[in-house]
Amino acid sequence: MTADEARSQLDKRLAEILDWHFSEATGCPFWLDWKSKSGWDPRQEIKSFDDIHRFDHFQDEWLRDEKNERFVPKGMQGRPFNVFETGGTTGLPKQRVGWDDYKHDYEMFSATLSEEHFPMGANWIMVGPTGPRRLRLAVEHLAQFRGGSCYHIDLDPRWVKKLIVRKQIDEVERYQRHVIDQAVEIMKHRDIGCMFTTPKLLEGIGERISIPGAGIRGVFCGGTTMTPQAVRFWVEEVLEGNTRLVPTYGNTLMGLAASRPLDETYSVTYYAPQPRAVLRVVDPKDTAVTMPYGEFGRVELTTLTKEFFMPRFLERDEAIRREPIEDYPWDGVGDVRPFGAMEKKVVEGVY
Amino acid sequence: MIPTIPLLRSGSIYRSLDVQSIVTVGGEEEVARITMANSGLIRRDLLDFQSGREALQKFTANELLDITLAAGEIFLKDDLPVGDEGQMQSPEDYLQSLAATSGLPHALIRMNMKRLHGVFAQVPTIFKGLSRGLSPEVLDGGHCVQDGVRLSFVPTTDCLGVILPSNSPAVNALWIPSLAMKTPVVLKPGREEPWTPWRVIQAFIKAGAPAEAFSFYPAGHDGSAAIIRRCGRVMLFGGDDTVSQYQNDPTIEVHGAGRSKILLGEDEIDNWRAHLDLIVSSVSANSGRSCINASCVVVPRHADEIADALADALLPMTARAQDDPEATLSGFANPKMAEWINGAIEDGLDEAGVRDISLEKRGGAKRYVQRDSMHYMLPTITRCESIEHPLGNTEFLFPYASVIEMPQCQMLGAIGNSLAVAAISSDTEWIASLVEADHIERLNIGAMATNHIEWDQPHEGNLFEFLYRRRSIQVA
Repeated sequence: MTADEARSQLDKRLAEILDWHFSEATGCPFWLDWKSKSGWDPRQEIKSFDDIHRFDHFQDEWLRDEKNERFVPKGMQGRPFNVFETGGTTGLPKQRVGWDDYKHDYEMFSATLSEEHFPMGANWIMVGPTGPRRLRLAVEHLAQFRGGSCYHIDLDPRWVKKLIVRKQIDEVERYQRHVIDQAVEIMKHRDIGCMFTTPKLLEGIGERISIPGAGIRGVFCGGTTMTPQAVRFWVEEVLEGNTRLVPTYGNTLMGLAASRPLDETYSVTYYAPQPRAVLRVVDPKDTAVTMPYGEFGRVELTTLTKEFFMPRFLERDEAIRREPIEDYPWDGVGDVRPFGAMEKKVVEGVY
Repeated sequence: MIPTIPLLRSGSIYRSLDVQSIVTVGGEEEVARITMANSGLIRRDLLDFQSGREALQKFTANELLDITLAAGEIFLKDDLPVGDEGQMQSPEDYLQSLAATSGLPHALIRMNMKRLHGVFAQVPTIFKGLSRGLSPEVLDGGHCVQDGVRLSFVPTTDCLGVILPSNSPAVNALWIPSLAMKTPVVLKPGREEPWTPWRVIQAFIKAGAPAEAFSFYPAGHDGSAAIIRRCGRVMLFGGDDTVSQYQNDPTIEVHGAGRSKILLGEDEIDNWRAHLDLIVSSVSANSGRSCINASCVVVPRHADEIADALADALLPMTARAQDDPEATLSGFANPKMAEWINGAIEDGLDEAGVRDISLEKRGGAKRYVQRDSMHYMLPTITRCESIEHPLGNTEFLFPYASVIEMPQCQMLGAIGNSLAVAAISSDTEWIASLVEADHIERLNIGAMATNHIEWDQPHEGNLFEFLYRRRSIQVA
């Protein structure tokens, strides 16, 4: 696919999604009410993704304050929905409703995984936030889609965050050890080939056992800042140069952004699962403006599925805007880190 | 070529991908690049530190003392590698680099170089002082008999972690003796001051110390946390908050505010002019940055005259060019530090019961001045009516002291925890009560400055007791 083709695919997708969410027949109460209050119909006025700025930023409070039923499109009525919560890294959890999006997203992601490192039929272990998070079902679906089963070890990031704020670092370490103990037991005694975990847990597991030695051939990892140096350390030392690391960037609101293959710079660049979601790197002072390639800006997410429409949500991350590549002919986001990381301290917890 | 300073992982050079620039104070000129360790890497390395200790165990303690002596000469005189690309650094290069990034006056850097050399050169005496006269062989065979008593000491840790500050090269003196005690070091340098710990390490290696005994991790706060959590013994520097955070943790030794004091006894007070020079030196040596600088002068009478004379004596200590041989006042590269200190003093002066004598002497000219991109606090002597005043028993990173009048009999009960106390008196009864006081860490008796150091007396904490504990041993 060329960049132009990707662009027309996105514009077509946008038109379909606007038709779906702003039509009385299929749209959800939240967006239909929004349309009547705002006095304009996006279906008429938004001709391409370039017009997306006609929308103000989606406010995350809406996902806290509005009832979930108001986000249920009429087109989905009759099907009970899943309620997924965001990680709660900062602030109160946000919720979104969903049905099959996570399956679509992870099936798309599955296509990016190599047979060599993520063999079909291999069992998986997920060590990370489960509970009300989309990730729990998503990783299990990924494993099953690829013909394996998934073991789960839970980590509650909200509890960890509270401990860190209270400066109970001993307790954080004990909790982390408790999580890792469980993971190591399963990895030692069950036949597992692939893993999802967070960077800090990956380091912790690697301090206890040899991850390749435990039979893990591929790790898909996401959750927080991945500096080139940290990625190099995980590849060369924690994974001993044998197990494949696949960094991902994702959340309940977007789905999953895959990364381009790592090179000798170990700089991680993610590409949104376009056209289902779009990531832009915007000027924090004027978010209508996209940053030049190679410069840091704030990450803005637009989600475009029939289950969920979310225009221009400002993530709490900043990243470098990166050029399209052959596999992903649209903008990428590189070296993601918490927004304002250079100016203030952000509690990222065990992620 | 600008040097790039790598990590040392048990002596092995490792160049991290996280490369940061070190620039001149207040300027944009890049002086060096430093590669930063990620915390996971530090934590992983610290899982097994046996190789460093095993490398040191191949030497006798006396051999390590000899290596330390030789390293001192090398540190002071030789060209040593800086960075990982073969560049060499002469002592003068070291001085220039440190001056460029820290803003310290050249004269003070030279003084600190000599002071560090003194630690290297006196390490046998220091060992003796810290171990209370033990023979170094006690660390060689696991146990030995000395003065008819069988002795054995067991190490409390595989390594000594040290979180170093950016503003005081002399603090490296504190870890230098650990090598002779067969304890590897894990150093996290201050952001702007990798120069001194790196050079000390290189001097040790050139003198024959095993490289495996040295780990050097420039890092952020998460790297410091990894060292604090994973090293069995850690030395760090900080304020009262840091001290209180770790005060019940025997594995961590925090070097905080000293609140060192000069006490003039009733028998010597009328002779105060004879002691003025040592009071001035106690307050102002090393630009008042050391925890053994006096920050409070307590006298039974003549407080106004003493404050007046002290302020007069410190007036010439002003902001000068870095390379001025007369420059003895250090500035702050970070303006926030100077602003914070100045604000704290101004807040204190807003309270009743205090006068800024130095301000009066300067004719009202401001205490906080700037020169050549550096931020200076001019020496400040206050006359406090009570030691309870917010400025009465405090300490700042510049030449500051309060002068307080109280009867000699009340001094011991009023001074609170004090790292160094110089008690200028011959009153044996009073001296005896000072000797018994648990809240005085170092007691200098007689006409002696608070910063006067005798090498066989532990400075702050006892490194030997920190790194070793005695155990019972019986041999059939």
